[in-house]
Amino acid sequence: MTVAAEAERAERVKALAARRRAERRSFKYLARRIPFYLLIGVIFVFALFPFYWALRSAFMPTDELFLTPVKYIPTDPTLDHFRDVLSNDNFQYALVNSTIVAASVTLLALAIGSLAAYALGRFNFRGRTATLYLMLSMTIFPQIAILGALYTSINKLGLYNTLGSLIFSYMIFTLPFTIWVLTSFIRALPKDLEEAAYIDGATPLQVFYRVMLPLLAPALVTTGLLAFIAAWNEFLFALSFTATPEKRTVPVAIVNVTGETGSAFQTPWGQIMAATVIVTLPLIVMTLVLQRRILAGLTAGAVKG
Amino acid sequence: MLLIPALAVVAVVAIYPLGLTVWQSFTNEQFLAGLQPVEFVGLENYRNLIDDPFWWDSVWLTLKFTVITVSFELVLGMIIALVVNSGFKGRGVMRAVMLVPWAIPTVVAAQMWRWMYNDIFGVFNDFLIRIHVIDKGVAWIAEPSTALASVCVVDIWKTTPFVALLLLAGLQVIPTELYEAADVDGVSKWHQFWRITFPLLLPAILVTVIFRTLDALRVFDVFYVFFGSRPDTQTMSIFAQNTIVTIGDVGYGAATSVAIFLIISLFVVIYTTVLRVER
Repeated sequence: MTVAAEAERAERVKALAARRRAERRSFKYLARRIPFYLLIGVIFVFALFPFYWALRSAFMPTDELFLTPVKYIPTDPTLDHFRDVLSNDNFQYALVNSTIVAASVTLLALAIGSLAAYALGRFNFRGRTATLYLMLSMTIFPQIAILGALYTSINKLGLYNTLGSLIFSYMIFTLPFTIWVLTSFIRALPKDLEEAAYIDGATPLQVFYRVMLPLLAPALVTTGLLAFIAAWNEFLFALSFTATPEKRTVPVAIVNVTGETGSAFQTPWGQIMAATVIVTLPLIVMTLVLQRRILAGLTAGAVKG
Repeated sequence: MLLIPALAVVAVVAIYPLGLTVWQSFTNEQFLAGLQPVEFVGLENYRNLIDDPFWWDSVWLTLKFTVITVSFELVLGMIIALVVNSGFKGRGVMRAVMLVPWAIPTVVAAQMWRWMYNDIFGVFNDFLIRIHVIDKGVAWIAEPSTALASVCVVDIWKTTPFVALLLLAGLQVIPTELYEAADVDGVSKWHQFWRITFPLLLPAILVTVIFRTLDALRVFDVFYVFFGSRPDTQTMSIFAQNTIVTIGDVGYGAATSVAIFLIISLFVVIYTTVLRVER
């Protein structure tokens, strides 16, 4: 580039910046921004309205729920639906079961997964790449493909209608994912500390517990949370491997509150909405508190794939 | 040594069942055992599957669902990602808000929408009546002509924000200098998108499309909540689950599962080939 051209270009950069500054103060600029903010508004409403509607319906007394034209704001809010659903045995079972299943799945996946990830992230051995690819292909494995075999095996082992069958089968979608994400975290960690520990005569397992785990703590929280959410939300296996209300998890219970063909008058929509609010709230709080971590974990899992 | 527990678990929960499913697909195994001995029947299940009109209905329905939802999610997700990336006040809030639909159980989302779709007391019908688009409530879910659209909306609502977040992660890696240079040279925003953003984002877009397609092909939850196992609205997964668990025809169900597995693998092969060509 010639000197003259370069100078001209620099002029244009300056002019552009000046014009931008002036524009930003002008009325025309604001007017042009209006469609943009409208768009943002639309996105917000689209994303949040169903939640508002669930809340509105959860707090609205039953007789007001079944009125036309529909009321958009409850004038006389009530906690009845929450009381009803929380005192419902089936829902109580479901909350306890889901907590047991999701917590056990998370702990197991983290315990087994972090060991495997340590091996895959730090040591070179034959079959390492093959194992990594196996894990990656498992994360996109369709659960339905093994439903029949799991169903008959679980029945033969006498595990049908137990929480154990769920904990066991949920490993298929939590473990490979956990291993994959933790491996990519471990690879990003500097090796210095471990090497120092090895020089001091530590065994690989000691290095894992004393050095690796503390460093991995943030990653464990993230992947643990993702595994927990996946297990908490699972429906297909929970529906297929449990039969009685005492063993159901939350998603199955929420579907079963409804009669299959019940008319609007028979379906207890107020209670269903109260149940959805109760189930959703802890997830929303966890997600909002840990949103940065979740995003990091999800992008590590997806984009690097 | 450290890998042994993980490999053992994977073998027990995935590889062994997959093998067993393939074996079952060649037998006449019924769940109510004792009625008949399990016999090897060769390709009979697969022959029946090819002649089963309900199976093909479920395949087409699943494919339609996949094409519709993935394309809407991609376009809308792209718009949202660009908006959020352009930087405005409250963008942090927006990012947080976007994670919420992703985090809640699909079944819960489906119930929320089922209530909004209610033909008499649903807000959806009420709103459309108020703005005079329709004059009386429509049973969106029960009506065969709108059934598919009504499920697609739920899936799009639940997943678009997630797609947007994945694309946003890709957008944030693109250096801003490129846009500044383009501005200086007077390139329009539209051209900037097609000449800078799109090519650089292509890998992220492809990965997102792959993940979403594979997810959509195995869709189960929303359809189950909306329709149960109504015959005209079964996806491939519902067809298989219904055959195995409700009907108890394990052999036939296993053949269905293998077919689903092969269809999904076919997509994986197509996509990985495309990815390789891109690189």
